[in-house]
Amino acid sequence: MLNIINKSPLDRGSLDTCLQSADAGAILLIEDGVYAATKGSAGEAKLKAAGGKFKIYALGPDLEARGIADRVMDGVTLVDYGGFVDLVAEHKTSQSWL
Amino acid sequence: MTTKKFMMVNRKAPYGTVYALESLEVVLIAAAFEQDVSLAFLDDGVYQLKKGHQTKGIEMKGFEKTYGALEDYDVTKLYVDQESMAARGLTADDLCVPVEVMSRAELGKMMEEQDVVLSF
Amino acid sequence: MKFSILINEGPYTHQASDSAYQFAKSVLAKGHEIFRIFFYHDGVNNATRLTTPPQDDRNIVNRWSKLAEEHKLDMVVCVAAAQRRGIVDEGEAKRNGKDATNLAPGFRISGLGQLIEAGIQADRMVTFGD
Repeated sequence: MLNIINKSPLDRGSLDTCLQSADAGAILLIEDGVYAATKGSAGEAKLKAAGGKFKIYALGPDLEARGIADRVMDGVTLVDYGGFVDLVAEHKTSQSWL
Repeated sequence: MTTKKFMMVNRKAPYGTVYALESLEVVLIAAAFEQDVSLAFLDDGVYQLKKGHQTKGIEMKGFEKTYGALEDYDVTKLYVDQESMAARGLTADDLCVPVEVMSRAELGKMMEEQDVVLSF
Repeated sequence: MKFSILINEGPYTHQASDSAYQFAKSVLAKGHEIFRIFFYHDGVNNATRLTTPPQDDRNIVNRWSKLAEEHKLDMVVCVAAAQRRGIVDEGEAKRNGKDATNLAPGFRISGLGQLIEAGIQADRMVTFGD
C-alpha cells in the first residue's frame, strides 16, 4: 500500500493514524504533509519512531514551494511528480489519508 | 461485471463537513454495482455511527437511518477502530448499527486486502 | 497502466486540484493511460467555465479543459454534487428549469456509478482531497 499524507502532522492526526494503522509499505508526503519530513520537527520524531516499517518519500516540488527543501531529515527519498506516478504504479493500492 | 474489493475509509465527523454523507452515497452506489464493499471508521469517523442524531435544530438532513439500511444493500462489513472509540469515550453500545470492533493493526491488514481504498 | 483520479476539493482553496493536475500530466508523460478523472464533493467546482482568476494566476478550470482536449480525457462531474453546488449543463438546466449553464468544455455530468466503474476498470485509483 502507498499511503499518501497531505496534512501537517501538527495540524491533523492523519500521519499518526496512518503510522499506527497501516501495514508496512510506503508513505508519500505531499502538500502540507511534507512538513513532517523536516529536521528537528515533531514530525521527524514520529517518522523516526516508526522505525524502518515504512519507506518514506516526500514530494520535492511541495518542499521547495514551502522553503524547506534544505531541511529534509535523513532517510526520506525525494521524488518529483513523475516519481509520484511511479510509486502509485509500484503499489497495488494507494490510500490518501485525508 | 468484475467484482473488486472497495473500502471506504471514514475519518471525519458528520454534519461539520459533507464527507460522511457523500461517502455513504458512494457506498450505496458501489453496493448497487455489486462490489465487495466494506466501511472502516477511524478517528472522528466513529462519530458518524453515534446513535441518536437529532438534526432538526440545524436544519440539515440526518442520515443515521442510512447506516441502518446498509444491510438491505448487503453491506455488512463495518469495521470500527477500538482506539478511536476509546479516545472519544464511546463503546459499541453507543453506535447505531452492529459493527466489528478491531485494533488499528487489524484494520491496517484489512486495508491491505483491498483493490480500491476511497478515503473521505 | 490505467489510472483513475478522484478529486474531492474545488479550485484555489485547497491544493488538491493543483496536485491532481500535476499528477495527471505526469501519468500521461510516463505513457500511462487515464481511464477517468472524477470530480466529487466541492471538486465539482473545478468544472465551472465562469472562473476568472487574475491574469498572473493559473486558470485551473481552463487547464483541465485543455488537458482533456489534448489527451481525450474523460472528466466526469458527479451529478448530485453538481446540482447541490450549481454546476449546470444544458440537460440539467432544462430538467431543473435553470436559466443558465456553466459547465466548462471537456467535462460531463454523470452519476456516481462512473466513480465506481472507474475503480473497477482502472489498475490504480488515486484520490486528491482535503
